[in-house]
Amino acid sequence: MTSSTGRGLLHLAAAVDQPTVFDAGSYVELVRLAERGVLDFVTLGDTFARPGPDALAVLSRVAPATRRIGLVPTVTTTHTEPFHVQAAVATLDWVSRGRAGWHLDVSTTEGEARLFGRRHAAPADTLWQEAGEVADVAARLWDSWEDGAEIRDVATGRFVDRDKLHHTDFEGAAFSVKGPSIVPRPPQGHPVRVVDATEGQARRTAARYADVALLRVTSPAQAAAVRTELRGTAEEFGRDPDTLRILACLVVDLGDGEHAAEPGWGSPLFGRRRELGGGGGGPLGTAQGPRYRGGPVDLADLIAVWHQAGAVDGFHLTPVEPRRDLERLVNGTVALLQHRGLFRTFYPGSTLREHLGLGRPANQYAVTGGTS
Amino acid sequence: MTVRKPAVKQIHLAALPHSHSHSRSRSSGESPVPGVDNTTVWADPRAKSQIEFASFEHLARTAERGLFDFFLLAGGLRLREHKGRIHDLDVVGHPEAITVLNALAAVTERLGLAATVDATFNEPYETARRLATLDHLSGGRAAWNVVTSADAFTGANFRRGGFLDRADRHARTAEFVAAARELWDSWTPEGVSRPFAHRGRHFDIAGEFTVPRSPQGHPVVIQAGDSAEAREFAASSADVVFARHGTLEAGRAFYADVKRRLAAYGREPEDLKIMPGVTFVLGDTAAEAQERAAEIRWQQISPQNAILTLEQIWGVDLSDHDPDGPLPAFDPDPDPHPDPEPGLMQGGVEVADPRAIAEKWRALSHEKGLSIRQTVIEATGRQSFVGTPEAVAAELEEFVRTDAADGFILAPHLTPGGLDEFVDRVVPLLQERGAYRTHYPGTTLRSHLGLADPPTEALIP
Ligand SMILES: Cc1cc2nc3c(=O)[nH]c(=O)nc-3n(C[C@H](O)[C@H](O)[C@H](O)COP(=O)(O)O)c2cc1C
Repeated sequence: MTSSTGRGLLHLAAAVDQPTVFDAGSYVELVRLAERGVLDFVTLGDTFARPGPDALAVLSRVAPATRRIGLVPTVTTTHTEPFHVQAAVATLDWVSRGRAGWHLDVSTTEGEARLFGRRHAAPADTLWQEAGEVADVAARLWDSWEDGAEIRDVATGRFVDRDKLHHTDFEGAAFSVKGPSIVPRPPQGHPVRVVDATEGQARRTAARYADVALLRVTSPAQAAAVRTELRGTAEEFGRDPDTLRILACLVVDLGDGEHAAEPGWGSPLFGRRRELGGGGGGPLGTAQGPRYRGGPVDLADLIAVWHQAGAVDGFHLTPVEPRRDLERLVNGTVALLQHRGLFRTFYPGSTLREHLGLGRPANQYAVTGGTS
Repeated sequence: MTVRKPAVKQIHLAALPHSHSHSRSRSSGESPVPGVDNTTVWADPRAKSQIEFASFEHLARTAERGLFDFFLLAGGLRLREHKGRIHDLDVVGHPEAITVLNALAAVTERLGLAATVDATFNEPYETARRLATLDHLSGGRAAWNVVTSADAFTGANFRRGGFLDRADRHARTAEFVAAARELWDSWTPEGVSRPFAHRGRHFDIAGEFTVPRSPQGHPVVIQAGDSAEAREFAASSADVVFARHGTLEAGRAFYADVKRRLAAYGREPEDLKIMPGVTFVLGDTAAEAQERAAEIRWQQISPQNAILTLEQIWGVDLSDHDPDGPLPAFDPDPDPHPDPEPGLMQGGVEVADPRAIAEKWRALSHEKGLSIRQTVIEATGRQSFVGTPEAVAAELEEFVRTDAADGFILAPHLTPGGLDEFVDRVVPLLQERGAYRTHYPGTTLRSHLGLADPPTEALIP
């Protein structure tokens, strides 16, 4: 199982971050563009410390203005209330009719801690442990209403069947939550959870709770190694590793038009590219993450090569210039991948889980017959 | 800017769908017991989804068609329970308010968008940021209905649990709102950000607020609460009071009391709008409206709901009683709630003096020969405005003209169609009377409410 080499459907996602933009219209435009490219989802980053609007709010604003594309805001878990977070993410799933995801992240700095004044900064590993608990309790709260809990039974006067509502009675190391949620189970059952699995404890949290793991790696060999590890850990946690999608993160600068990727930007892959059959350069490790600079055609090659090598299930692409690069990505790279039959040309389903080929999770309370 | 006052005092209108979810109940009218909150009639065949976005979209578009000031989403943070079991008779569950309102910003253009955000189990930085974002994304239409959680019961869903006694809750709320305003004021209109530091009894926070000043400067602050502390806080800090007094006399008394408190804070009566939450039932004739109102009451107080209401007063299990039979002959348990706060049901209702209520209800039932269900219907909150569209328009106008209110927060009985008839039939009559706008005066909620923008002189760096 863990040796599976992927090569399933190719999945593509893009970041629509526009630092310091607060006007809804420009986000709507970008997400519509990504939707035209039939991407699986868009992400919008967030922290409490950097300028920018609340990401979940922006993607909620975008939801009614788009139809199919998945919407994945970053929502941090360190200074927030798990109960509020799960309710907001579930509501994004309701307003988008099953297109919500949640990129979990933690807040490690003392500066962020001071904004709340409730606790001091803590080591990342501790916070990722806690993020795992938040992911866990969120899933329980999403399940705390079984599907079909609303019965509207006039004869008995009952709006809901209380036997299908469950207390979560969650007791973690960091917090406890009684439940049930205030929000009925969202359309996807569980909105899609995304975790950057590049480092430390985050990788374990991803293996255990994520539907999509993001990797900042610079070569397919590196990606394949982490992928194998992630799938193995997922299996140890009792998961079917095929329920975990693994996407490589790339910062993309398509400013050079049709020029080939610069050799300088492709160190690790470059030496092997001939043997892998790809064109263009591989990414260069930078402070912002692995970065690709070159034309959309070579980028399509790079994506195809990594995917076909079974190193990843797809890519999460962050355009350096959102408008320009997303446009080139959609009209250039994506169009080419579609032309080669490597990427879908329409959305066969309507929820983000369907785009990702992930099933709708069974309800843990319904399955175990958990008590209320 | 000088604003010419219209000859007739103008009515403000807002909509409150899903009024069912408060952790503590509220009733329309002046019922002796705030009954379980069952305004929303779910059993009606016209009642559609209470959770899907399409329902909210329909209600919000209708409110905007009616030129309403705002659309208010109530909220509770724990499902109500009765005898340790989740309450199952009324609409249960609702989406998270700010998230739905951001989505509604995409399908409306002028309507104010008001979110209920609890000040007990939230934090100022995050709340200020979410509300400022809503204000940006909606082009200046955000409002915050500030509520306080009353019980440790709700606290069981949160990291710090139930930790505040009654007095501290209000102090925390006041400090919370003040801190949020400090954050909103930490950016100048020119886009200069300055670090903030707030240190008080409840919050010790510092840093930089990451959202530039939003179109309204400060989102509109709505206050829901009724105690002396709540009224004082409203007078000092709120733009709108979500009041519970829906009758003419009680409304006037409340109105006079709250407006009188403003002077102490250097504020004018117009600076604070008082808007009670009310219901309405229309008919082609007075008799038809009464009949429809009775039908709605009958649907709201199901046999099970009638027994539940009694149990909340009597404090004992009455499930063996026949809702169509007589009231219990015995007296209520004088102290049925061994809670930290006596008299408080878990997210339910507060019953001040159960014995006195029981006595009153028994007398009523005896005098009119009413069953349990009929007594509950008769004794608990009735519809506030019942009549032909002409009569209701006249009555609304009278309330506002005689200072029982500045406007109303209408709670329709039906989702999503419950506002249609009001907007189609009553709004035009109010307009004919010159008591209601015929177009939005501006683009922000503050402009709809006739509220000044918050001062910015203090912000110049
Ligand atoms: C008209 C009205 C509406 C209210 N709406 C809500 C609500 O939506 N959610 C909530 O948690 N509390 C709600 N409350 C409760 C108040 O926030 C507050 O907890 C309660 O009134 C007790 O405080 P007080 O004694 O100062 O009035 C409402 C109260 C009133 C009077």
